[in-house]
Amino acid sequence: MDRRDAIKWMMAAAAAVGALPRGAFAAAAPGAQGYGTDPDLLKDYKPGDLWPLTFTDAQRRTAAALCDVIIPADAKSPSASALKVHDFIDEWISAPYAPNRADKPVVVDGLAWLEAESRKRFSGDFAGLVLKQKNAICDDICYTANAKPEFRDAARFFAKFRDLTAGGFYTTPEGMKDIGYTGNVPLATYDGPPPEVLKKLGLS
Amino acid sequence: MPLITSSKTQPSYDLIVVGSGAAGGQTAYTATMAGAKVLMLEAGRNYDPVKETPMFQNNSQAPLRGSNTTDKPFGFYDATIDGGWQVPGEPYTSASADPARQFWWWRARMLGGRTNHWGRISLRNGPYDFKPRSRDGLGFDWPLSYEDLAPYYDKTEMLVGIYGDNHGLENTPDSPAGCLQPPPAMRAGEQLARARGKKLGLPIIPIHRAVLSVKQDADTLPQKIHPGNPRAQRLLAAAMRERQACFWATPCGRGCSIRANYQSTTVHLPPALASGDLDIVPNAMAREVTTDAAGKATGVLYIDKTTGREHRVRGRVVVLAASSAESVRIMLNSKSARFPNGLANSSGLVGKYIMDTVGASLGGQVPALENLPLHNEDGAGGAHTYVPWWLYKEQLAGKLGFARGYHIEFESGRRMPSMGVTSGLDALTNGSYGRQFKEDARRYFGSFMGFAGRGEMIPNEDSYCDLDPSVKDKWGIPVLRFHWKWSEHETRQAAHMQKTFAELIEAMGGKVRSKPEADGAKAIEPGGKIIHEVGGTIMGADPKKSVTNQWCQTWDVKNLFVTDGGPFCSNADKNPTLTIMALAWRSTDHLLEELKKGNL
Repeated sequence: MDRRDAIKWMMAAAAAVGALPRGAFAAAAPGAQGYGTDPDLLKDYKPGDLWPLTFTDAQRRTAAALCDVIIPADAKSPSASALKVHDFIDEWISAPYAPNRADKPVVVDGLAWLEAESRKRFSGDFAGLVLKQKNAICDDICYTANAKPEFRDAARFFAKFRDLTAGGFYTTPEGMKDIGYTGNVPLATYDGPPPEVLKKLGLS
Repeated sequence: MPLITSSKTQPSYDLIVVGSGAAGGQTAYTATMAGAKVLMLEAGRNYDPVKETPMFQNNSQAPLRGSNTTDKPFGFYDATIDGGWQVPGEPYTSASADPARQFWWWRARMLGGRTNHWGRISLRNGPYDFKPRSRDGLGFDWPLSYEDLAPYYDKTEMLVGIYGDNHGLENTPDSPAGCLQPPPAMRAGEQLARARGKKLGLPIIPIHRAVLSVKQDADTLPQKIHPGNPRAQRLLAAAMRERQACFWATPCGRGCSIRANYQSTTVHLPPALASGDLDIVPNAMAREVTTDAAGKATGVLYIDKTTGREHRVRGRVVVLAASSAESVRIMLNSKSARFPNGLANSSGLVGKYIMDTVGASLGGQVPALENLPLHNEDGAGGAHTYVPWWLYKEQLAGKLGFARGYHIEFESGRRMPSMGVTSGLDALTNGSYGRQFKEDARRYFGSFMGFAGRGEMIPNEDSYCDLDPSVKDKWGIPVLRFHWKWSEHETRQAAHMQKTFAELIEAMGGKVRSKPEADGAKAIEPGGKIIHEVGGTIMGADPKKSVTNQWCQTWDVKNLFVTDGGPFCSNADKNPTLTIMALAWRSTDHLLEELKKGNL
């Protein structure tokens, strides 16, 4: 495929956005707060579009701060909160589906624990701590297998929160680029791994 | 578009086809190319993949980053709409509360049915697969042979467009020249597995999938597919020209707006509709096949889901292609004084011998694949590689403890990140966070491989469906009740899969991500989970021991056919869709011939 064809196809795919005819058949699904079994697949969704969000301003601030301890900015990409990953986490825990409902108390209680621990250790709220102080708390809870008994619940929260932060971050265009995903572009041919990859694998 | 509402149907048709997926699509295609007038009933809404497919959307544009939910069990962008293992308002029941005896029934209420989202793996059954009982004494022989179906496999491959190649392996048929499209190059992990798997004796070769790796040759293929039928050639050539070759982006499970992959809605239905001989009524929930005093089928009684009202349509022939179990349901619900146990059920076998595919999987992390130079591994939106069953001789010699084989499917590569992109990473990183975590995420991206076994289940007396005595769906139609049991042939096979995958991961220098499960009953996926539901109206040579003959024609009602997976009397490890299409094509050719002779 030459570049012009590639662009033409990209444009055709883009043109389909917003042109979706919704059939007359749109019976409400059970679990009515969800998006149902026939959602619009071409629309751009934002947190809060489909169900009410949970975080208070204070929770949102703590969540954003923890997101950035887990994924700070570096030379390759911005921080998680710069990409509004904390708002995605709010969308996640606010969703009506069973796994999301199960994650909600883990995250809400975990954020409360983090605030209490910050006040206990450093007499301040988590978002206001310096990085060294934040790390001191996170070092105790960052790996469930090594966490002391008194930190086990907090470690489970941290593991969940890291998965949500990473999932939220690496699914954005900036995160995909950072992790090294270079696909989702039309190609004229698929040629397999380039020679330098095969060489590194000892397959050339 | 001849998509019509209930009030616009013709007084009578040559064929009434219930269902619009691989079987219904193929049946309607074959019939309309021959000039027969067809009415297709589809229980779901109209669906147009050209307009509705989310091409290039990334997961951050979807709710919950595209994760699967009960509303969208294969993820937000999966093509399935109004479908899943549960369909709102349309329940089914289980005869047993035992978790090991459940059957999960997947349905897709949409035009094109399950063909819109399927994996598109398209493997021919081999000669053994049609005569399994003759080979090992178990299950049933088909009343036809590989040679009988081979010309239809050829035509189906040319029509649909399937990539793959030939290796001359046992019971893994080669396709004649000109049938297959060139397979895409193997991904890095697939190539590493091929090199390292050699010492285990695993033949790691290109898989066959229904995706156009190059544009179809619309100037020559239609003549080969429809010799002597210029009208069909013209219609097919025009439809082929509307299809583009794969542009190596966007997972196939979303569907394909450029029609590069096979969906009934991109391949079968466009030329059938263009013929002018096909009417489609969507939102038409078939309830029963109607019959006359002589015991012949006269048409179908359905409920229009948009109004809730009953409608009757008439045809010279009725073809059920509603999915194996749904066709069973319609037959069992078609009760009359003449057919008190349901239609075409004098054998008492309607609903018996339902089968799925044995499934088990294991993941590994392969250090050799860490920190590879950046490259695009999207490829054909699915696997490029597989391992066909390789232990036929050992198995026949009784060395394995289970009677039938499996193939291995691969999940590898630097795929578009989803919510699980770093899950489980803490075991490798001791729970890193911060800048170290970002480094770790880059290092490990693309270093994970998954292996899934897909194996043959032998039909058994304990796996069947019947009508639930009390439960009805929202349309008032009695629902199916499933009975299910794996035998040791399946559970031992699942344990063998686990052992093989662990060996392969270790041969690649990798580590398994969970302990291989030695107990096959724990390793095996629930029945129905692989969505290869077949059987229930099995074919045979004896009317007392089967529901249909080799033409998918019911023994009891000569103008009633079942062209979905229902007539399968075995379920080889090869995924069933290609065989459903080839068999539907052969049966419809026969049906049209009989119709012409006045025999129906």
